Amino acid sequence: MNSAQIVSLLIQATYFVAAVLLIMGIKRMSSPVTARSGIQWAGVGVLVAVIATFFHHGGDHGLLIENAALIFIAIASSTVIAWYSGRRVAMTAMPQMVALYNGMGGGSAAAIGASALLGFAALVGAPKFVPFQPQANTSQVVLAVVGALIGSVSFTGSLIAFAKLQGWMDKTFRFTGQQLVNGLCFLAAVVLGALVVLHPQTHTIVLFFGAALLFGILMTLPIGGADMPVVISLYNAFTGLAVGFEGYVQQNVALIIAGTVVGAAGTLLTRLMAKAMNRSISNVLFSNFGAGGDAAQEIKGSLKPIEADDAASLLYLAEKIIIVPGYGMAVAQAQHKIWELSQQLIKRDKDVKFAIHPVAGRMPGHMNVLLAEAGVPYDLIADMDDINPEFPNCDVAIVIGANDVVNPVAKTDKSSPIYGMPILDVAKAKQVIVIKRGKGTGFAGIENALFYQDNCRMLYADGQEAATKLIAGLKAVDGGGGH
Amino acid sequence: MIDGFLALYLFMLAAFTGHEIISRVPVILHTPLMSGSNFVHGIVLIGAMVALGEATTPTEQIIGFVGVFLGAGNAAGGYVVTERMLEMFKSSKRPGSKQDGAKP
Repeated sequence: MNSAQIVSLLIQATYFVAAVLLIMGIKRMSSPVTARSGIQWAGVGVLVAVIATFFHHGGDHGLLIENAALIFIAIASSTVIAWYSGRRVAMTAMPQMVALYNGMGGGSAAAIGASALLGFAALVGAPKFVPFQPQANTSQVVLAVVGALIGSVSFTGSLIAFAKLQGWMDKTFRFTGQQLVNGLCFLAAVVLGALVVLHPQTHTIVLFFGAALLFGILMTLPIGGADMPVVISLYNAFTGLAVGFEGYVQQNVALIIAGTVVGAAGTLLTRLMAKAMNRSISNVLFSNFGAGGDAAQEIKGSLKPIEADDAASLLYLAEKIIIVPGYGMAVAQAQHKIWELSQQLIKRDKDVKFAIHPVAGRMPGHMNVLLAEAGVPYDLIADMDDINPEFPNCDVAIVIGANDVVNPVAKTDKSSPIYGMPILDVAKAKQVIVIKRGKGTGFAGIENALFYQDNCRMLYADGQEAATKLIAGLKAVDGGGGH
Repeated sequence: MIDGFLALYLFMLAAFTGHEIISRVPVILHTPLMSGSNFVHGIVLIGAMVALGEATTPTEQIIGFVGVFLGAGNAAGGYVVTERMLEMFKSSKRPGSKQDGAKP
């Protein structure tokens, strides 16, 4: 065995260890107790694989991979930027950062596909090409095309999702005949992809990538903010699949395994999320959610405002209090103040719990992450199914920045776009206080019948401001002593 | 060469693995797990490194460079974000948890 073979064997062995570390890392991340070590295991896996790859070489010239300097520059610059932005960004902006980094992975997979396809095109070398010849293994060309298509869609789609969540563009962008245009664009990408498989040529490859990238944009444009969590998760699964397919093209088993595992896990996660919203994935992608607003039932009653001091008195008299956070809490960065308020309430012997709807916020578990950041212990945080039976016994429910997930219309109005979505039964609480900045609707763009109920009072304020005033109000009632 | 049915078995087993390891996950871990799996496909970086490492023409080098740049961003960013999320999980049973705003 010569030295090149030994190096190759060592690289393969490192990849094997990396694949094991990645799978065990994900496994450990699926339990709260081991989650932190899970990401570290996976991190070590990627790190050793990257170091080993620096010694990859096709020929037998030199120790390091060709273009090692270029590779190093690309990795160093990108890592510095991503590391810095990932450290600096506020916890509330996590969903769009996940979307952004996921899109980068999809783009990377598409780039691998592009260089592989250009390589096949060069092999073909023009006129006398006979398709399905062994020099360009057909299954590799097919999977290079499929992986590139999925990766490209994930790339531009995730970037649009990022721009929407970051507030750089409108939440929804629709025009007449949109479905048709999207369909034609997808068809064009598939046909061009087939042409590339039959006869890889540079200009077909370029057109194919153009159509695929454009389709990712078009597909994401009409999807509204409420569906973003599902879409980001779907693109996460897409990137995983693309990585798996490009791994097959490169005959790299570590990529095949890691990519496919993420593809399957991501698909399952996407389905769980869509199920939590009582919607199918195709429904999310192809229906114009909240665009109609047609025959919605008339809501009777009026909005009844309340001052913070009166709300504080209600809290002072209550025994059981449930706090329902939503995206508004994230926007107002109010999680710390809310936890401070809760601690004041707990000090006064109140039973305080947090109720989390599975899709509150912009990602499933978004609220859990924010509350955890503020220091709320996770045993005070309850899932929808566990907390819903407790609402009838609850003296005061505080809704902060949540809207659609507490709208009883989802149970009563068949014409409503959110009909059938499971909701938190806040409406059954004895008293409801809704902290809200203004009278606007939620992401679904529909009126909330809860706000008009007799037992509901509106506290118009920014989340932080409201919590601060409530704390002051509580202290004013009993002189700040608690007991 | 991994090909034909061998490749199919590989894809199938990996897909089952992915399905199994995240079924029955508590909701509170959905976001960190999505973020974590986002990091795991950052392994695409090594594929992009090989693509750039085998590039000879300037076009291939540009594409490869873009691929490595994007892949490294996926890996590095995915790791940092996931770690920050997971850092925050703690239980009330642990004394001395963060007391910001506890002072009345």
